[in-house]
Amino acid sequence: MTVARVVLVVAVLAAAVLVGLAWQRRNGRFTAVPTAVLAAADLTDGPHVHAPGVERLTSAEIGVEPGTRATFVQLSSEVCTPCRRTHAVLADLAAQEDGVRHVDLDVAQHLDLVRRFDVMRTPTVLLIDGAGVVVGRMSGATDRRQALAALEACPPPADGCPRGTTAG
Amino acid sequence: MSTSTTSVQAPAGIDPRGPRFGAALTAVLLVVVLLLGTGAAATVVLALVAAGFALGVARGVGGTWQGAVYRRLVAPRLAPPTEREDPRPPRFAQLVGLVVTGAGLLVAVLGAPLGVTVGAALALVAAFLNAAFGLCLGCELYLLGLRLRSARSA
Repeated sequence: MTVARVVLVVAVLAAAVLVGLAWQRRNGRFTAVPTAVLAAADLTDGPHVHAPGVERLTSAEIGVEPGTRATFVQLSSEVCTPCRRTHAVLADLAAQEDGVRHVDLDVAQHLDLVRRFDVMRTPTVLLIDGAGVVVGRMSGATDRRQALAALEACPPPADGCPRGTTAG
Repeated sequence: MSTSTTSVQAPAGIDPRGPRFGAALTAVLLVVVLLLGTGAAATVVLALVAAGFALGVARGVGGTWQGAVYRRLVAPRLAPPTEREDPRPPRFAQLVGLVVTGAGLLVAVLGAPLGVTVGAALALVAAFLNAAFGLCLGCELYLLGLRLRSARSA
């Protein structure tokens, strides 16, 4: 009986370690929308894109004009500690990089976005290009290195995002 | 530049190492519960853990006995914290802990002693993840709860 209890404790702790390691690996990892999918989208007919897998955010939806190069649209909750750290990292980056903006939205007030993008945890960060097209996302605590890597999906305006940066 | 629509007035920050230390103490107690099995002793220790969570919900994570131990015995031996965290997330985690351990106790009181084991095992996963990885399971679940609540009211 006692042996069974010790085995239970070890099993519970082992399960927790596996969960913790998986969680750590996932944090801040950028998932880009495939370039081919983005290239197939037609942006000429108004703000909403009609292409599978492509979403576009308007300034009305996020409350600010997108940066000319890229915007980090962060979805945060009040109970989330990594949100504060991610906020600081992204705000810093936005202050340093030309054409890059950062907006931090409370999930409780933006449940429409939470549903539309199937957000399961905070922080979740959507990276949009100058035209508001979502080019990728990441979730969990994000450090500066990871944010910079994500930003490579939107090179400086000379090259432009996959979709270009035509929309002012 | 950066724009924010979150937390209007954030309360004063707390030392983030406090809740993690507290979670480690909680985890040790929960291991004791599992080793004790399903008897009266196990139930009493789990009730102690639940009472600690209740304190945390009522007064914030610094108001628990684990918080007092950290302030008295641990913090004076450490360098001052380099960053502070919002006290609301760890407080929410205390609520999640209270619900999990409370449900286990309730099930046990209603006649299924295994409730103690299941409640303690679930709470141990959460407390261990908090102590070892800084992962706050309650905080991760917050958004799911929010989505469920709004789906029902919509």
